[in-house]
Amino acid sequence: MKKIGLMILTNENKQGLLLVSPTFIYCLLLLAAPLFLVITFSFWTQNYLDIDKTITLNNYWEAWSKPIYQVLMLRSLKISLIVTLATVVSAFPIAYFVSFHVKRRKALWIFLITVPFWTSYLLRVFLWKVILGYNGVINSSLLKFGLIEQPITAILYNINAVIITLAHAWAPFAILPIFVALEKIDRTLLEAAEDLGDGPFRRFWRVTFPLAIPGILAATLIVFIPTVGDFVTPKMVGGKDGLMISNMIQIQFGKANNGPLGSAIAVSSMLIVGVISALIFLGSKYLSGSSKK
Amino acid sequence: MTGSVSKKITWLKMYACAYMIFLYAPIALLPLFAFNSSTIIAFPLKGLTLQWFIDLWETDALHGAVRNTLLVAVLTSVISTFLGAFAARAGARYGFPFKKGIMGFILSPLVLPEIIIAVSLLVMLMRLGWELSLWTVVLGHVLICMPFSIAVLSTAFVGLNSSLEEASLDLGETRIGTFRRVTFPLILPGVISSLLITFTLSLDEFIIAFFLTGTDVTLPVYIWSQLRFPSKLPSIMALGTILLIVTVVLLLLAEIFRRKASKKQGLNSSTTKGLF
Repeated sequence: MKKIGLMILTNENKQGLLLVSPTFIYCLLLLAAPLFLVITFSFWTQNYLDIDKTITLNNYWEAWSKPIYQVLMLRSLKISLIVTLATVVSAFPIAYFVSFHVKRRKALWIFLITVPFWTSYLLRVFLWKVILGYNGVINSSLLKFGLIEQPITAILYNINAVIITLAHAWAPFAILPIFVALEKIDRTLLEAAEDLGDGPFRRFWRVTFPLAIPGILAATLIVFIPTVGDFVTPKMVGGKDGLMISNMIQIQFGKANNGPLGSAIAVSSMLIVGVISALIFLGSKYLSGSSKK
Repeated sequence: MTGSVSKKITWLKMYACAYMIFLYAPIALLPLFAFNSSTIIAFPLKGLTLQWFIDLWETDALHGAVRNTLLVAVLTSVISTFLGAFAARAGARYGFPFKKGIMGFILSPLVLPEIIIAVSLLVMLMRLGWELSLWTVVLGHVLICMPFSIAVLSTAFVGLNSSLEEASLDLGETRIGTFRRVTFPLILPGVISSLLITFTLSLDEFIIAFFLTGTDVTLPVYIWSQLRFPSKLPSIMALGTILLIVTVVLLLLAEIFRRKASKKQGLNSSTTKGLF
């Protein structure tokens, strides 16, 4: 009996594995192998046109000790963390609104929230430049209404501009996971809390928020990890002081023609991002664990 | 208390409206500047013109880029939907060893920074000595589009009632016949939705195309090269407006098909519920 059960299982297993294998092999060849190669590459050395395959830690030494890479890395982390915080905090109310207060047209709202994401990223970034610029939309309208006397220069070609633009670009990625988590909340729990005498405020902090933590966590990671790797926004609206580590990776693979160093920087930044993500993950587990008690 | 609740709702509603304005502000400017006769992209607007659209019509380099992009997007959408269907079906129907790990690995391009994917593919292609071309862009695009295909197709496969397929097999249809006559028609809206979504994604993708493109550029890479020249900006705004309209139409179609898919399956599940 047990044997038959096992046989059926392996048959199903085989079919499942067979079915997933074309996609899996594609990813092995074009994702896993390249990632592995980049790691190997980062231990080699570029000698003008050819590559010295002697294994060395020199690239890592350079990536971790030279001030320019340290500055760029720290700045990237700082920008990404601020962007993540700003995006998630501003996304939560909208996800909450659609989940709890929109009755009939939820799908329409979600659709409308995602539309901007699908339009050309380059043009969206460029248009932020138009909005935030010296003669931009914000400055010209504020001047017209007499609210300011000089155009504000603090909002273009610096870190602030990068933060605004990235927070805009990643908004749907923050809203959707939080929305899904909020939708999953059993509405009778809220009624129960109310019946037991919780006001709206206490009800929110003791029921809704703890149950939304998985969604907030997903939103945080899904925004944080890719923003470290963006080089278009810093290049277009960041000015000199807004450049990030990805701009350096791009330069190493392009003009500087030092792929191995670029790889070492890429691998290093992924390691750092990985560690921070793990910390955020563990932190939120601790948070939701302690709120359950 | 009801008073405070309704007040809170209006505050939330106002926030939601402000947020939507924030989301749509950049895109809303595109058509404004596309029809604006001034050569500078700034307010105040001047007169109305179609000049920038005419300029687009007369730019040959652009036409090449459009052709390249269409080729890449069509290939990407077909391949990623095809490969995505295998994974979605396996994930929705079968249990197999390391399922979580394998599916997570296939979906990982969703969270990996695109520059990492682009750079690692570039390193591999360089080591293999392959020339960069539109085909290498397709290889990269499939990787980032597949997770979206899988997400769309998974809902189609999960909603699929397996007893229909079993009935077809019992009635003597072959596996291929069952797929063609039962499974495929039922998941077709999901497939179309996946094709449209991945097409849209590939159409606008810049970072991977930037690293992996050879001498033939795609449209976003072309736009990137033009953004440096102030004189070209108005026609880029016109191009952006056209792209915006195309994108919105494609998304609306994808959404209609996605809803059709869930409706079809909602109907199926409710009929079976009635039966049992």
